[in-house]
Amino acid sequence: MSVLVIAEHDNSSLKSATLNVIAAAQQIGGDITVLIAGKDCSGAAEEAAKAQGVSKVLKADADVYGHQLGENLAALVVELGKDYAAILTSAGTTGKDFMPRVAALLDVAQISDIIRVEAADTFVRPIYAGNAIATVKTSDAIKVITVRPTGFDPVSGEGGSAAIEDCSVVKDAGVSSFVREELAKSDRPDLSGAQIVVSGGRGMQNGENFEMLYKLADKLGAAVGASRAAVDAGFVPNDMQVGQTGKIVAPQLYIAVGISGAIQHLAGMSESKVIVAINKDEEAPIFQVADYGLVADLFEAVPQLESAV
Amino acid sequence: MKVLVAVKRVIDYNVKVRVKSDHSGVDLANVKMAMNPFCEIAIEEAVRLKEKGVATEVVVVSIGPKACQEQIRTALALGADRGIHVETDEEIQSLAAAKLLKAIVEKEEPKLIILGKQSIDTDNNQTGQMLAALCGYGQGTFASEVKVEGDKVEVTREIDGGLVTVSLSLPAVVTTDLRLNEPRYASLPNIMKAKKKPLEVMSPADLGAEVAPRISVVKVEPPAQRSAGVKVASVAELVDKLKNEAKVL
Ligand SMILES: Cc1cc2nc3c(=O)[nH]c(=O)nc-3n(C[C@H](O)[C@H](O)[C@H](O)COP(=O)(O)OP(=O)(O)OC[C@H]3O[C@@H](n4cnc5c(N)ncnc54)[C@H](O)[C@@H]3O)c2cc1C
Ligand SMILES: Nc1ncnc2c1ncn2[C@@H]1O[C@H](COP(=O)(O)O)[C@@H](O)[C@H]1O
Repeated sequence: MSVLVIAEHDNSSLKSATLNVIAAAQQIGGDITVLIAGKDCSGAAEEAAKAQGVSKVLKADADVYGHQLGENLAALVVELGKDYAAILTSAGTTGKDFMPRVAALLDVAQISDIIRVEAADTFVRPIYAGNAIATVKTSDAIKVITVRPTGFDPVSGEGGSAAIEDCSVVKDAGVSSFVREELAKSDRPDLSGAQIVVSGGRGMQNGENFEMLYKLADKLGAAVGASRAAVDAGFVPNDMQVGQTGKIVAPQLYIAVGISGAIQHLAGMSESKVIVAINKDEEAPIFQVADYGLVADLFEAVPQLESAV
Repeated sequence: MKVLVAVKRVIDYNVKVRVKSDHSGVDLANVKMAMNPFCEIAIEEAVRLKEKGVATEVVVVSIGPKACQEQIRTALALGADRGIHVETDEEIQSLAAAKLLKAIVEKEEPKLIILGKQSIDTDNNQTGQMLAALCGYGQGTFASEVKVEGDKVEVTREIDGGLVTVSLSLPAVVTTDLRLNEPRYASLPNIMKAKKKPLEVMSPADLGAEVAPRISVVKVEPPAQRSAGVKVASVAELVDKLKNEAKVL
């Protein structure tokens, strides 16, 4: 039995979520092959080869994979994946895009967003925005799975020495092409992997006021997130949304500022180790999950906090 | 251009979900049900394409028990022209839904198929991609902008790193994200008119698709509860607790 892990990467380096996916793959058992599909992706392949627990790295380096188009990635993975017992990737937007195609083309179900492996065919995953935790068993021969990275402690990214094999399969589905991208540029840590996250909600009132949170975050070495309301209102871009339908985070410390604590928001941060809420409404539901609640006007509390840390 | 929209009947997003005491699932008895919010966005987008003269007909399909017709009627009240109900009381998982939708695509031959990105009950985020794969179509998932130009559609997608725009040959599948549009409310006259719009009912067997579940539920449990902690009186106390009690600073 062996497991194929499709790496998340930006060609030059591996996204840390891949290390969590490898950890999930280890729990399923068997040899682990990591596929790096991209363009000029040697950097990412070399990093994958150093990760613990990896037997082999397959590098599919071609123009058609350069922008991670789901149609082309899926066609490649279907071709390579037939001989594996399980195919795993992280439940980021890339994995969510191509993996269900893989499942459909292999005529198997996909199990989305697993947080635990119970057995090689039995997995645990949150449903209903995390209000219920389901243990599910699949009858399919090939298990196609997306992994929620926060559910698994990552393997070490150092010390491994897997061989890198070139994979020459070039699959162009011919139905989609890349036009352009606008990627967020930030010197702050990546939201999904940050140790501390400071998030702002509708209470921030506008985009300019988020400066307060950026300043606080920079002092703490934190990433900055937001509620859906703050994104919808245009205060901050979509990639900052934390929640059921945004990013899932589980930092050591999550500071929610001017966020009421809707169930859809909690779905994205309730696994954080310590939660702090700053809200002027003492009835706000966020206080029901906060370890430390401060009932205060954020416009006074945040600058004070910034100077105190 | 014909647009097909798939809408799912799910628990209303405001309802507090309760797990059944025998851990067999979530208690849906006497619970308010509604159209999946992402499907409302899908309908809105299709109707706007029609209002712009890009779409000529908007067909809405829902798969599930008899009661799904409520959601189809809602979609018709929001501006869809015609409904298809694939009626079944069996559990329809994403792969099965995709197979049924594919059979409908073959009959209806729409140029654009719009789905929600995710059902808020199963949180699967699969059906649109599976449908696109089965049809051999391109997919614009997690869309925040959709522009039809000739025989292509340009879709801007919300991704972890920001936004990416792709161009897809039509026919294509689009799945909606939250920022694509703000759905309208159905007006009373439109709700009345919707009652007269055509609604065709068929069964999975009529469509010849294999729909048996592949995944079985072993058990469903409530999540570990976080308990409320303490209220602090000042920023100074907060910082002290974070440093000396929680030791996270
Ligand atoms: C299908 C669907 C998916 C969704 N997905 C997500 C998701 O992924 N993530 C997400 O976050 N939401 C999501 N939502 C939205 C969610 O239901 C809430 O609407 C949203 O989280 C509310 O954001 P908020 O807390 O910032 O705003 P509000 O609920 O308006 O809360 C603002 C808070 O700020 C406080 N406040 C105001 N001024 C001050 C001040 N000066 N000082 C201190 N406090 C102040 C108020 O007391 C209030 O508690 C989703 C909804 C749906 C239907
Ligand atoms: N039973 C169904 N009937 C109609 N559409 C569905 C059904 N199940 C899923 N869909 C569509 O697929 C989208 C994503 O669902 P899912 O893959 O289950 O998260 C939904 O928003 C709907 O547009």
